[in-house]
Amino acid sequence: MPETLEIPALLPALPEIVLALGAMALLMVGAFRGEQATRSIDGAAILLLIFTGAVIVWLPAGRLVTFGDSFVVDNFARFLKLLALTGSAAAILMSTDYLAAQKQQRFEYSILILLATTGMMMLISAADLIALYLGLELMSLALYVVAAIDRDSVRSTEAGLKYFVLGALSSGMLLYGASLVYGFTGTVNFAGIAKAATQGGASSGHLGLVFGLVFLFAGFCFKVSVVPFHMWTPDVYEGAPTPITAFFAAAPKVAGMAMFVRTTIVAFPGVVTQWQQIVVFVALASMVLGAFAAIGQRNIKRLMAYSSIGHMGFALVGLAAGTQEGVQGVLIYMAIYVAMTLGTFACILSMRRDGQMVENISDLSGLARTKPAMAFFLAMLLFSLAGIPPLAGFFAKFYVFLAAIKAGLFALAVIAVVTSVVGAYYYLTIVKIMYFEEPAKPFEPIPIELKAVLAVTGLFNLLFFVYPGPLVDAANAAAKSLF
Amino acid sequence: MSWPILSVTTFLPLVGALFIMMLRSDGEAEKRNARWVALWTTLITFAISLIMIYRFDPSSPEFQFVERRPWLAGNITYYMGVDGISLPFVVLTTALMPVCIIASWLPIQQRVKEYMIAFLVLETLMIGTFSALDLVVFYLFFEGGLIPMFLIIGIWGGPRRVYASFKFFLYTLLGSVLMLLAIMAMYWDAGTTEIPALLRHGFPRGLQTWAWLAFFASFAVKLPMWPVHTWLPDAHVEAPTAGSVILAAILLKMGGYGFLRFSLPMFPAASHDLAPIVFALSVVAVIYTSLVALVQEDMKKLIAYSSVAHMGFVTMGIFAATAQGVAGGIFQMISHGIVSAALFLCVGVVYDRMHTREIAAYGGLVNRMPLYAAAFLVFTLANVGLPGTSGFVGEFLALIGTFRVNTWVATLATIGTILSAAYALWLYRKVVLGALTKPSLALIKDLNYREMITLGPLVILTILLGIYPKPVLDFSAASVTQLLENYERALGAAKAAALLAH
Repeated sequence: MPETLEIPALLPALPEIVLALGAMALLMVGAFRGEQATRSIDGAAILLLIFTGAVIVWLPAGRLVTFGDSFVVDNFARFLKLLALTGSAAAILMSTDYLAAQKQQRFEYSILILLATTGMMMLISAADLIALYLGLELMSLALYVVAAIDRDSVRSTEAGLKYFVLGALSSGMLLYGASLVYGFTGTVNFAGIAKAATQGGASSGHLGLVFGLVFLFAGFCFKVSVVPFHMWTPDVYEGAPTPITAFFAAAPKVAGMAMFVRTTIVAFPGVVTQWQQIVVFVALASMVLGAFAAIGQRNIKRLMAYSSIGHMGFALVGLAAGTQEGVQGVLIYMAIYVAMTLGTFACILSMRRDGQMVENISDLSGLARTKPAMAFFLAMLLFSLAGIPPLAGFFAKFYVFLAAIKAGLFALAVIAVVTSVVGAYYYLTIVKIMYFEEPAKPFEPIPIELKAVLAVTGLFNLLFFVYPGPLVDAANAAAKSLF
Repeated sequence: MSWPILSVTTFLPLVGALFIMMLRSDGEAEKRNARWVALWTTLITFAISLIMIYRFDPSSPEFQFVERRPWLAGNITYYMGVDGISLPFVVLTTALMPVCIIASWLPIQQRVKEYMIAFLVLETLMIGTFSALDLVVFYLFFEGGLIPMFLIIGIWGGPRRVYASFKFFLYTLLGSVLMLLAIMAMYWDAGTTEIPALLRHGFPRGLQTWAWLAFFASFAVKLPMWPVHTWLPDAHVEAPTAGSVILAAILLKMGGYGFLRFSLPMFPAASHDLAPIVFALSVVAVIYTSLVALVQEDMKKLIAYSSVAHMGFVTMGIFAATAQGVAGGIFQMISHGIVSAALFLCVGVVYDRMHTREIAAYGGLVNRMPLYAAAFLVFTLANVGLPGTSGFVGEFLALIGTFRVNTWVATLATIGTILSAAYALWLYRKVVLGALTKPSLALIKDLNYREMITLGPLVILTILLGIYPKPVLDFSAASVTQLLENYERALGAAKAAALLAH
């Protein structure tokens, strides 16, 4: 009997399909209706993201696998997909007013974000190297374009170009690493790689596998922007229009971290000592660089870039532990990080004076008098980024350090907490400027969308300690699905 | 006991803060409302804490008013309770807060609403620190206090407030994060962060030393001990009067409380072995910082250094680990909480009138301010440790307790008390005694009603506790006895194990 063409089960990928089809439909609307449809397309895009989130929740429970074991939906994927969708939806919401004010309304903007989000979701679910690369490129290509969307601005085009060139380089390295891994294990499937590596033991194939691993990690590090592949971050953060920076800081990091964690934990349990060294080094270097390099920054977007490098370092402390607690820590860290980042960027987007965006930290001077609510929320977000209890950021650090201590990574944990004290210095500097200095000319009224984002993230950050159970439990369930 | 009295005491100030946040009126009305709400909140909190004293059973060494609710996933729970060691500190906090609010009534005119909110939030965090029975909950309260205090120093402070607030924040944070790691290590060893369970857990020797050092890093900075005390004079000088009061009276005591609650009972072997370090640092603190205090030109700075010296007696007493030493340490902390608070208020009184804290700017105040001179005298003598004042009891007990363990330390520390007499009396003579020759002081007024309300109760307490210290000592006696029994037992077990190993 001739082999019939088997149609793979599409149900597990339903959210991605919904999102991709929706994005294309909106693209058609935009192409025919033109720029005047931008606002409604933005609204529709947010609704589409929410609907996709609902589909993810609606999917049958348990572990779903399809496309020849290359696409997996488990609790880990569900957790991170919802997080990425939240980040994207918030980014679109925060950009509407900005783009209108800057007269940069382009309907492609939210559609590109939708496509990037589709890529992220594929990335999060990818269980083999080819699916991983597909998702990664879909995400990255959309991101390159979004970074350069302000065509007439030299800074934005420069940011887009820089991101593109370096991103292409890192994708190349990742592919090279993937080919090495495939060459030495004979499979691209994560579970298969793990099996081959354990069976191979310390034979010659082992060394080749580690080589491939290093190149793979280079690509991962670029995507989550950690040392030594962080150089693009400050320039892209500063150059890209601010709402796009807000988007870059949240959702793609979630997807990048998902890919980092899933690949490392699922595909390489046989070479733990090897990858652990790399992750420990990368985490340490990122935390130290993030803490010290941010001190001298004047531009708040550059400062947030260095801050994000540091935070990714902290999140990787959890991965370095390589245990279920560690993964749980990473997930909690990412969730809280997304909330803190979105809130902070909502504040940065509200820094507008005389119709112009201002980006210097000194522009915040005396904010506590001119806009007390915004100053209060921003100050709490900054304390939270510094990891001061009882704010949410403390719990993020708490769980990754808890895992690191259990795994016996004492030196890493000690250096990590010391860098967090150094990092606290520059967050405090911003609080100082807002609270201790004389007021400057007040900012313009805050648009309602930004107020909403700031209120939600600010209250989450402030009140997380009252009822932390749900997030911690969800992260625990998600981490369990990887082991 | 149907209502959670401890949680109510802890979180009532937070409710008051929320209420003040809601206030919407302009100018003077808003300031007035904020002040009154803050005052009533702190007074009610104080009243509830008095009910707690009334209901407390001092004969039992166990934790009382215990509350427990699920909180963080896993087995980290919201667990609160007080025993004879922590309840005095809770009451000290609630008692001093109304005093602080009244003391800030007129001196604070800028951003009154925020000021009162910061103080009320701080009160919640301080009470929580003393009544938490879970290490993570404790850490949350302990560390959270940094935020309001940072803002209090930085917004309402003096000219070098930014430097002082940063130094305060970063110093304390650096110590505390190391403690956080130790807490995690203890969690993985014992499987819980509940303080009562950890008190019974017996940690392995290696972990004890590391954890002891990590806790020491945190509490030594907080207390503060020499040589990590340098943030304190800066913070005190720049903070507004009420901020200094809270800092000296309560925030410093968190360090001593931490030693007593965690270091000594949870790591007995490490405490025993490392006690010589503590003794050495304490003696240096007592003698060296007393000498430093002698050359100060700023009144607040002088009192700040004297605080460091007095805390030296506390650490010495606690790590002597004798009944008298520990009781003396606790009593000294309570007494210092009252006396140093009062001394800072006394400085605040003249600062509000003359806007300077230079010792040289004053002299002969007794001629125009007899009431002030009398109150200041009581507190100066208590600071010196004169018998009949509360300062004597604590120092005396701590010295006796230490004498039994280490004669040299006790002898050297006694020299420190002479030095403390020197600087305190010198300050008093320069500021209050003599002829009133400075023209700027010619029209200075004596204490007003507001200041009498704040200083009066403290005068009474200082003398009362000096003459009749029994209530406070009895209060904590059962808990201290149990603590020391466990300590001795753990040490004995460790020695037996060491003998067996040989």
